[in-house]
Amino acid sequence: MADRIGFDVVSPERLLLSEDVEMVVIPAEEGDMGVMAGHAPTIANVRAGTIAVFSGSSVEKRLFVAGGFLEVTPERCTVLAEQAIPVEDIDVGQVQSQIKDLSEDVSRAKDEREKEALEAFLALAQAKLQAAEQPAYR
Amino acid sequence: MPSLKDLRGRIKSVQSTRRITSAMKMVAAAKLKKAQGAAEDARPYAERMERMLTSLAAGVSPENAPKLLAGTGSDKVHLLVVVTSDRGLCGGFNGSIVRAVKARIKALEDQGHEVKLLVVGRKGVTLLRREHGPKIVERYEDLVKPAPAFEHADEVVAKVREMFEDGAFDVCTVYYNKFISALTQEVTPLQLIPFQVPDVEEGEDGDDAGEASQAQYDFEPNEEVILDSLLPKNLSVQVYRAMLESFASEQGARMTAMDNATRNAGDMINSLSISYNRMRQAQITNELIEIISGAEAL
Repeated sequence: MADRIGFDVVSPERLLLSEDVEMVVIPAEEGDMGVMAGHAPTIANVRAGTIAVFSGSSVEKRLFVAGGFLEVTPERCTVLAEQAIPVEDIDVGQVQSQIKDLSEDVSRAKDEREKEALEAFLALAQAKLQAAEQPAYR
Repeated sequence: MPSLKDLRGRIKSVQSTRRITSAMKMVAAAKLKKAQGAAEDARPYAERMERMLTSLAAGVSPENAPKLLAGTGSDKVHLLVVVTSDRGLCGGFNGSIVRAVKARIKALEDQGHEVKLLVVGRKGVTLLRREHGPKIVERYEDLVKPAPAFEHADEVVAKVREMFEDGAFDVCTVYYNKFISALTQEVTPLQLIPFQVPDVEEGEDGDDAGEASQAQYDFEPNEEVILDSLLPKNLSVQVYRAMLESFASEQGARMTAMDNATRNAGDMINSLSISYNRMRQAQITNELIEIISGAEAL
């Protein structure tokens, strides 16, 4: 059996997930990153996307994260995320209506600052939708 | 001299006060348990973030470090973020923090610094308004309801960062009550901006710290970019932590205060009952004397 690495997802409010896994693929800022036991210590930014937990060659679990940070030490892999939900729990209809509302708000935004903030929300919602509709690593 | 009826009324009213205080005590105890749990749940995130920041900060040269890390280079204007409670009846909880803040304001002003205040919690606003009203630049009342959430901290930090980017202050310190036990809270200042790198030497006894100092991290994309996104997040985390601690302290302080009040009410009921009984006895004796002397006169 392959070595396993401890994998934690923590939000500011609590520990969301903590288990030993064979491999996780994490959406780092500069491309997806696979982490297995014995990975070099790394700190990276995480973009909004899907974390895939692998068991063997198939995906065991998918989590959507809204960005955060990744820390890898030889024993552990920790994702600090503000928001993380299992992909199958995403309510597609709700996200779609959210996207619709947000795009309307963006076009009505009064100043640059507001527009930027709204666009960030919109991008997040779109990433969520994509995660739900086209799961990565099938 | 109060009449028997007066005494009866007073005993009744103290009894109902005792009922209320003992109920409040129990509510506070239940909330305290929850608040302590929340504070513990938040710990892993804060610890890891601090570890990452420490190793990042060590790798960045001071010249191109972001302002949030290095500060503006001056310390003229101080922003004090004061975390208090929205509700009273919690003993010296708000009083002690306000006292510490006032002392700090005085010390800073004596050194010629300018002070601005950002107050979280209605009680803090009430207590600081009279003396330092014009210094309060922002206040949050009833923000933390029913319990602190990360969004609340984010809201406060958004304001702090906006002010920092506008150059409204140079140094930012949070004042909050650190939870030590249900009986004791400690007013703790925590400097947010510029970021204070925790002492590595000191932390070396913990397993986590040892692990961190050994690890030579790879950074992706690079230190500066990660720092830029990590530092603001760290502010929120620190403020969130301060809010959680303060909330737990508030419940602890209220529990203790209400416990004392309940006990005092009990003592008062006892002494009132004794004087009530004495008076009743005196009245009976009096009536007897009257009857007997009336009978003798016949």
